[in-house]
Amino acid sequence: MSTASQPTTAATPLVIPGSRAVLWLVGTVLLALAVYYFIGVDQGAVSVFGNDTHIHEFVHDGRHFLGFPCH
Amino acid sequence: MEKQIIGRGILAGALGGVLAFGFARIFAEPQIQQAIDYESGRDAAQQALDKAAGLPVEPEGMEVFSRAVQANIGIGAGIIFFGAAMGALFAVAYALYLGRAGQIRPRTLALLVAGGGFMGMYLVPFVKYPANPPAIGHEDTIQQRSSFYLLMVAASVLFLILAVWLGKRLQPRFGTWNATLIAGGVFIVATAIVMLALPQFGELATNRQLHQATETPAPLTDASGKIVFPDFPADLLFTFRLYSVGAQLILWATIGLVFAPLAERLLGGAPARRTTSTPRASVIG
Ligand SMILES: [Zn+2]
Repeated sequence: MSTASQPTTAATPLVIPGSRAVLWLVGTVLLALAVYYFIGVDQGAVSVFGNDTHIHEFVHDGRHFLGFPCH
Repeated sequence: MEKQIIGRGILAGALGGVLAFGFARIFAEPQIQQAIDYESGRDAAQQALDKAAGLPVEPEGMEVFSRAVQANIGIGAGIIFFGAAMGALFAVAYALYLGRAGQIRPRTLALLVAGGGFMGMYLVPFVKYPANPPAIGHEDTIQQRSSFYLLMVAASVLFLILAVWLGKRLQPRFGTWNATLIAGGVFIVATAIVMLALPQFGELATNRQLHQATETPAPLTDASGKIVFPDFPADLLFTFRLYSVGAQLILWATIGLVFAPLAERLLGGAPARRTTSTPRASVIG
C-alpha cells in the first residue's frame, strides 16, 4: 500500500529536519516540563517561591488526582 | 512543520484536559471531599486525644483557597494545564518518530505515541506508586515520595524509549511481531527490576519509626487501645484510584484521537510517503 521507493524505511511522511526545528522541540519540552513541575511538585517537596503555597493550594485536588504525591 | 505539530498537540492536550476535568468534577470531587472530611475528622479526634493526654495541640493551618475554589477552578486549571503540557510532550515525541517508525499511517502513529505517553508518564509509575487521595501520606515524607515518584516516571519513559529503539533494531531479524514481543518483554523486566529496587512508601524511615507499614491511616486508638476513629475507607481509596486512571485514560485517548485526524490532514493523509521535497537545507542560523 505504499508508493515509497524504499519500502523498508518509508514511513510517515517526513523526518523533521534542521536545527531550528530542534530549537522548537527542545523549547517545547522545557516549557512542558516546567508546567508539569509547577502542577505536580512545586511548593511541596521543593519550592522556587520559598514558603508561599498558593500554587500548591490552588491545584491541590488536581495534584492528588493526577497521581502526584501530596501532603 | 514542527510548529504545526506542536500547536496541534497542545490543542489536543488542552481539550483532553477539559474532558478529564469534566470527569473529575463529576466523579472524583465527591470522593476527594470525603477524603478531606475523613482527614478533618481524624485530626479533630487526634486533637481531642492529645488534649485529654495533656499534650500541646497544634493550631489548624490557615486556608489559602476555599474548598469551593479548589474543587471547581483549581482542579480544572491543574488538569487542563497538565493536559496541554502532556499534549506538548506528545507532539515532540510524534515529530521525532515521524518517518522513523516504519510502515505506519500518521493517525496510527498518533494513537501509538499517545498510548506510550499514557503508559510512560502515568500508568507504569502508578503501578508502583498509585495516586492517593488527601489524608493519605505522611507530611514528613513528601520529599522522598516526590523523588521516588519522579524517578519512577523518568525510568518508565526512558525504558519505553529504549524498548522502541530495541524493537526497531530487532525488527529486520525477527519480524515485527516477534521484535515487538521481545522489546515488550525487556521493558517489563527492566521496569520490574526498578520497581523491586525502589522502596514502598511504608518502608520509609519516618513510617518505620511510627511502626506503620503503609501511609494509609490506620484506626486511631486511645490510651486503652479502644478505636476512637476508623481507618481510611478502603472503598473510597479504590474508587479514587480507579477514577484517577479513568481521567488519565480520557486525557491520553483524547490526545491520540483528536491529533490523529489533524496529523492525517497535515501530512497529506496518504500512507507511507516520504516527502522527497522536504527542504533538508532549510536550516536558518
Ligand atoms: Zn494534598
